[in-house]
Amino acid sequence: MLKNIPLSAAIGLLITGTYFLAALFAPLIAPYGMAETVGDVWEPSSAAHWLGTDQIGRDLLTRMIFGGQTTIFIATAATILSFTTGSVLGFLAAVSGGWVDQVMSRLVDLFMSIPSLILALVILSSIEATVLTLIVIMGLLDSTRVYRLARAVAVDISVMDYVEAARLRGEKLGWIIFREILPNALSPLVAEMGLRFIFMVLFISTLSFLGIGVQPPLADWGGIVKENKEGINFGIGAALYPAVAIATLAISVNLIADWILNRTTSLKGGRG
Amino acid sequence: MHPIQKLVAERLALGVLLLFAASALIFGLTEILPGDAAQAILGQSATPESLANLREEMGLNRPAVTRYVEWLGGIVTGDMGVALTNKLPIGEQIARRMSSTLFLAFWAAIISVPLAILLGLIAVRFQNRWPDKLISGITLASISLPEFMIAYILVFFFAVKLFWAPSFASVSPGMPLLDQLHAISLPVAVLTMVVLAHMMRMTRAAILNVMQSAYIETAELKGLTTFKVIYRHAFPNAIAPIVNVVMINLAYLVVGVVVVEVVFAYPGMGQYLVDAVVKRDVPVVLACGVIFAAVYIILNIVADVVSILANPRLRHPK
Repeated sequence: MLKNIPLSAAIGLLITGTYFLAALFAPLIAPYGMAETVGDVWEPSSAAHWLGTDQIGRDLLTRMIFGGQTTIFIATAATILSFTTGSVLGFLAAVSGGWVDQVMSRLVDLFMSIPSLILALVILSSIEATVLTLIVIMGLLDSTRVYRLARAVAVDISVMDYVEAARLRGEKLGWIIFREILPNALSPLVAEMGLRFIFMVLFISTLSFLGIGVQPPLADWGGIVKENKEGINFGIGAALYPAVAIATLAISVNLIADWILNRTTSLKGGRG
Repeated sequence: MHPIQKLVAERLALGVLLLFAASALIFGLTEILPGDAAQAILGQSATPESLANLREEMGLNRPAVTRYVEWLGGIVTGDMGVALTNKLPIGEQIARRMSSTLFLAFWAAIISVPLAILLGLIAVRFQNRWPDKLISGITLASISLPEFMIAYILVFFFAVKLFWAPSFASVSPGMPLLDQLHAISLPVAVLTMVVLAHMMRMTRAAILNVMQSAYIETAELKGLTTFKVIYRHAFPNAIAPIVNVVMINLAYLVVGVVVVEVVFAYPGMGQYLVDAVVKRDVPVVLACGVIFAAVYIILNIVADVVSILANPRLRHPK
């Protein structure tokens, strides 16, 4: 399977893999402690501090590695939540049809008629932003989009003969959703997963930048921008490193998603 | 009644319904979540008695439906109560900030819409050649970055390194228009970049979709000139999707504005909203949130209505 992997997808896998490994082993590879003050304010990059230091003299490379851990963890958890909720409800709507489908679909329409950022702001004005609440808010708000896709895919599948056969066999709803529909709906959903993950990274970074996402002393990429933004006016680029990190991560995940989509939608050479 | 009138009327009625439902959703969200205005004013350490007294005083003990109707009435008539933090009337603040935000969004739209359509056309004209690839590459890059990152990259290079534009967008009422435009040039550039990418991609897809139709091929095979094919056959059919694309992206501006205003310390609605969220000033958040949502929904309704009106098949039913 990995033999005829295109170059772009290979690069995507390599970069994404590096980021995820760095996130997993952050405490091992980070040269200093996360909240440790090790130098002067905004030192330029040197052998001791590869990316220089931040606004209170912490090592920026260390902050970036720990920040990546927080950002990637929250984005991954929110994506998983969004996918499980969205696809199970979407399949349920498609299989049940009738008023269940109507009620759920109209409710999802309502949530999608308001921008997620605005809804998130309204919710976060009432409850404390912790890692857990952020994951739940982002995951549930985003599950509306997964619901739409899952429902659309499942509606097509649920009229297939083998689903009909399963129904006639007397299989329960759970079997039809998880054993008949899910395996056949997986490939479009997996490709969409990449895009939702990128969206989550952008979303959590935006919230943290606005000061209502991840709270200090925890670091995350959006928060690093917020902390170091004053430096920009003195020509210090500390706040721009997260931009590079987010952009490279987003583009490499995109490359993988494209590849998966091509593999699974092309009739020739598809599953290999 | 002409079928198209019926369609439009239905869409508008549905839109009004959606506006009510969205306002109820926003109000309901703050209702079901823990904490209320009395709690926010008195803080966590307040005694139950003083909380109960204040709730009584502010009318928070009345049923949620009554308060919702009152609140919605207030929003519609412009009387939105006072902010919890500084006791200033919310309506006045919003009226002033709204015009600042509209000023910013207006210039972003004026620049991005023609540019996006033009670039979309170029991408189609040179499909799969280098201009197309360059355009889609830049698009991918700008979609992969959050708005505030694009903003700081522009500030770093154009404000700090090159001194071309100010890094803070401070606009005062008495300023001449040109100075105001100079002050907001970077925020406008950021907003333009953010919506341009989406708009261009969607325009490109919309035009390609039309250009691949059978009637375009027929027109080409008839021997019509390229200009005539585009002008007589492609353009009338592409107008609906393009207007739709433009409207959807203007709605997208609504969200972009929130972040961009914070970056450039621009005194608009977005900054007001984010400030209120940080200070947990729920009445302000509710008022701003519902206005942002309403603008977003209305632009989407306009997009739908325009695409109904511009559809030749609906205009001339068989």
